[in-house]
Amino acid sequence: MERRFERNLEDLKTALAKMGSVAEESLGVALKALLSGDQVLAQRVFEMEEKINRLEIEIDTAIIDLLALNQPVAGDLRFIIATQKINNDLERIGDHAVNIAESVLTLQTLPGVSIPPEIHQMVEIARTMLKQALDSFILLDTSLARTVLRTDDQIDDLNRLMAQQVITQVKNNVLTIEGGLELIRISRNLERIADLSTNIAEDVIFETEARVVKHHAERNDTN
Amino acid sequence: MSEKNIRLSAKDLNVYYGAKHALKNVTIDLETNHVTALIGPSGCGKSTFLRSLNRMNDLIDNIRIEGEVNLDGQNIYDRMVDVVELRKRVGMIFQKSNPFPKSIYENVAYGPKINGVREKKQLDEIVERSLRQAALWDEIKDDLNRSAMAISGGQQQRLCIARAIAVDPEVLLMDEPASALDPIATAKIEELIYTLKKSYTIVIVTHNMQQAARVSDTTAFFYLGELIEVGDTKIIFTAPGRKQTEDYVTGRFG
Repeated sequence: MERRFERNLEDLKTALAKMGSVAEESLGVALKALLSGDQVLAQRVFEMEEKINRLEIEIDTAIIDLLALNQPVAGDLRFIIATQKINNDLERIGDHAVNIAESVLTLQTLPGVSIPPEIHQMVEIARTMLKQALDSFILLDTSLARTVLRTDDQIDDLNRLMAQQVITQVKNNVLTIEGGLELIRISRNLERIADLSTNIAEDVIFETEARVVKHHAERNDTN
Repeated sequence: MSEKNIRLSAKDLNVYYGAKHALKNVTIDLETNHVTALIGPSGCGKSTFLRSLNRMNDLIDNIRIEGEVNLDGQNIYDRMVDVVELRKRVGMIFQKSNPFPKSIYENVAYGPKINGVREKKQLDEIVERSLRQAALWDEIKDDLNRSAMAISGGQQQRLCIARAIAVDPEVLLMDEPASALDPIATAKIEELIYTLKKSYTIVIVTHNMQQAARVSDTTAFFYLGELIEVGDTKIIFTAPGRKQTEDYVTGRFG
């Protein structure tokens, strides 16, 4: 006899997978708009955000019902808690995609600002990290999740590098302050997306292995 | 908005055991193909209410019942109502399984036989269908002539459910149907309740609040003979309207 609760958990996973794909698509559109300067694409990100917000609330409601009505424990409990956190992380990623789309529109008013190669690199890394984090959730693949954790340092380094370059270019009058601020804003949003992808990967490891790997806890774990 | 399909409804129902006012002005609608859980502390009136739905209380001395219980619009306390016929339409499952000291087959065939089904083939069909519906067929199909007393407690309880549905009722009343069972047998009964609601209207009394949360669509909270709150189970267990309900479901009661 199949348990109804197990079907509910399957449904929750499906709902989160859908949320993930919408967030990923929204980010993809925002990044394409960023690299091409396409304002129409940027507008689409705003529309997608509404869908993401709606899904977030649906999933949150389903989680509250599951917790209240089934009193889950052990792996079931970890799955539901991880799902709730990932759900919120994906919604945040949707917000950052919106921020990037807003930057695309702002850049149109700032002629002469081009997207530097570091941002191109960050775009690739952030996109890959989110994809791998979502795949690790679907497949419960903790080695893929750990790949995500290791990649985060690269994007942090690039973010710092971007800030330094902007400062230098503004000082040398190669870049306006407005243009510089916008580039820093984009860089920061990409760094945040990578960070949230890291959170997702950490929650996958928590769900699967019952281990806390946040804040580099795993490095200090001697067991 | 879709109209609710009401199978059973109580209207201003009052029950007195001698001077004790056990049920006070209870008015509630029970939806068709829904599971309604009745919860509340001991002595709150939930079992009295359950038993008033098929006139089991009639058997108690010194009892007085006022108000109405309508089954498909007809008051079951009407003088014209045949109580035996009523209990065929509104079956009951008790806390302790109570199979007859007969074979598994005879337990399920008993009701249909009393109702005049004679033909062996037809009885066989009813027994198989009822045992399948009660999720017991696969476990005991080769042992139908075995004594019902020889199977496990969980199986006995599902046999009692099979026996109750063999006479084709509309409503199933369950009084703590899983409280004497281990967690595995309890889970089977709970799954069964979920499956059965597609065919029947189910009312369940349970002391186990988690069970009420798991199995029911609607939850009714009773306290001191009053129906304090009734609503969607999801609401009762996440955001109840009354403070007394909140205190009870969170275990802060008393």
